[in-house]
Amino acid sequence: MLDNIVLSSAVMDVDFGIKGYSKLDFFGSDVYLTSSHICLLIVAVIVLVFAIAANITIRRADPGKAPGGFLNVIEFIVSAVDNMVEGGMGIAHAASYTNYIGTLFIVLVLCNLSGLLGLRPATADYGSTFALAMITFFMIHYAGFKYQKVSRVTNLFKPLILSPINIIGEIATPISMSLRLFGNILSGTVMMGLIYGLIPWFLTIAWPGVLHIYFDIFSGCIQAYVFVMLTMTFISQNFETE
Amino acid sequence: MSNITNEGLVLACSAVGAGLAMIAGIGPGVGQGYAAGQGAAAVGRNPGAKGNIMSTMLLGQAVAETTGLYGFAVAIILLYANPLIKKL
Repeated sequence: MLDNIVLSSAVMDVDFGIKGYSKLDFFGSDVYLTSSHICLLIVAVIVLVFAIAANITIRRADPGKAPGGFLNVIEFIVSAVDNMVEGGMGIAHAASYTNYIGTLFIVLVLCNLSGLLGLRPATADYGSTFALAMITFFMIHYAGFKYQKVSRVTNLFKPLILSPINIIGEIATPISMSLRLFGNILSGTVMMGLIYGLIPWFLTIAWPGVLHIYFDIFSGCIQAYVFVMLTMTFISQNFETE
Repeated sequence: MSNITNEGLVLACSAVGAGLAMIAGIGPGVGQGYAAGQGAAAVGRNPGAKGNIMSTMLLGQAVAETTGLYGFAVAIILLYANPLIKKL
């Protein structure tokens, strides 16, 4: 009865779910190539092309001359990541973690910004954020057993009455980290999907750009930074041996 | 009221529940605002440490946001992956 209202027909276009594109047979179970895979593959290609270009530029760089445009960008990125890791983990341990933290930060920033290209961000898929958080979880416990040996386990039972809370706290770390990233990016995706579905097409040219600045650029960069900072904080908590 | 199907009732109550779940947004809003206020006061007292204060404040705000995001996850699950409709 309300068919001729523009709003109600526009609402039908709202679409922000994960889309499966081609069905693959993986040992008898159906596996879909989803929009998250495509986004991650595009991000991987971008990072790979950038890394190869950076490698060629660094090899050809003349140490006698001042660095040019692209080399300056590379140096800025490398020194920014170095400073961030040194600030978060201390100079003694920074060198062994800079690779992973820098890679994680670049991939997360590009994934979160991929909403600008019309892709569905891969970090709005709980599978990918939970995988990243599980990597952090295993790194935390590897560092814990490496630096604290057996006292890592006994510390969990230190006040014996609090031991269930300590154990739940350890398990909750990857869940809360992954849900934080997932929830933030998903909320941006949902908001943008609703707005693109609600407004008429001629308004989509200009008006959602303002919201993209907040939901994709600001929120995405903050959340990538927060995920990386929390990874560094949790890992470096294990460095002090009691 | 007799022409409401069971499925319709579950869907309507799920929509109400999703809205109620988003009340969880009040807490992070208050907390983030308080953290931002304290951060502004800290920058006012010690403008030289602005970078450290900003990063600490953003980290704390992001951690405080987690409870709100749990509410958001509940709302999204109720709307798009409703577990209750399968129990009919």
